[in-house]
Amino acid sequence: VIATQRVDGKRTRRSMLAALLAAIPARAFAQDGTLRVENAWSRVAAAGRVGVVYLTIVDSGAPDRLTAVASPVSATASLHESFDDHGVAKMRSVATLPVEAGKPVTLAPGGYHIMLTGLKEPLNQGDEFPVTLIFEKAGQVTATVTVRKAGAGMPMGHDVMGGPSMRDMPMQGGPRQ
Amino acid sequence: MLVYFGYTFCPDVCPTTLNEVADALDHLGPKADRLQPIFITVDPKRDTPAVVKQYTAAFTPRLVGLTGTPEQVAEVAKEYRVYYAEHRTGPGPNDYSMDHSSILYLMGPDGNFIAPIRADETGAEMAADIARFLS
Repeated sequence: VIATQRVDGKRTRRSMLAALLAAIPARAFAQDGTLRVENAWSRVAAAGRVGVVYLTIVDSGAPDRLTAVASPVSATASLHESFDDHGVAKMRSVATLPVEAGKPVTLAPGGYHIMLTGLKEPLNQGDEFPVTLIFEKAGQVTATVTVRKAGAGMPMGHDVMGGPSMRDMPMQGGPRQ
Repeated sequence: MLVYFGYTFCPDVCPTTLNEVADALDHLGPKADRLQPIFITVDPKRDTPAVVKQYTAAFTPRLVGLTGTPEQVAEVAKEYRVYYAEHRTGPGPNDYSMDHSSILYLMGPDGNFIAPIRADETGAEMAADIARFLS
């Protein structure tokens, strides 16, 4: 199970993981198996800097709420939302993010994202690292994040909504702080 | 010139926009030789010249990054009518994000404003908008 992967083992296990990931998208299951994290990806960033994680949460059970995020690669990890307020780009922290069956929640560029601050090591293209999402009811779900190039957009072929671009996709979710 | 104001501790929007700018240069092909993309930080306290240089290089070596004293940044922002402000997120000196105008500015060789370019466009869309002015 990918969820048990440790970050310090990522380099030695990469070839095994790569083979695994070639066959299936990055995913992990909560203990009750009803919350799934798919297509977790990040961007190249230098040590000490900020990083980002994007992913999709698929809930096939009861409604739940994402309440916290964590990753061993950074000093802090927090849920944020970017938005354009009358021509001004703003970013605010998000306390909780509701999820429910039938409505996948996608964290994507220009909207919800996980911000990593104080990266302990550089994130290089092709690297993989774990991120843990903590849900109010389901508990922890850990997924493997794949690092893509600086400023990379949504990966092609992983669009759960079936559209050509996530850019115009409305985001579901809760109030910002 | 294609001028964008942002900051390097911006994890989401600024890298997304700058990557699309790099894509736009690719789409413009030889025409891009006449376009100088410029990133100006609105966070001069944290964005030193070395930080900005490393940051811009990750997108395209053609992107020039600029920083300065807080007064110099305020001056250039005023000339471009750019809004920016700290948004505090905690008690620490670095616990803040920056709100900033999201638009890009297409400027002529004479330094005069030509047209705004939307920051939420794809590189191809930006290139099409810019190409209209690179006749």
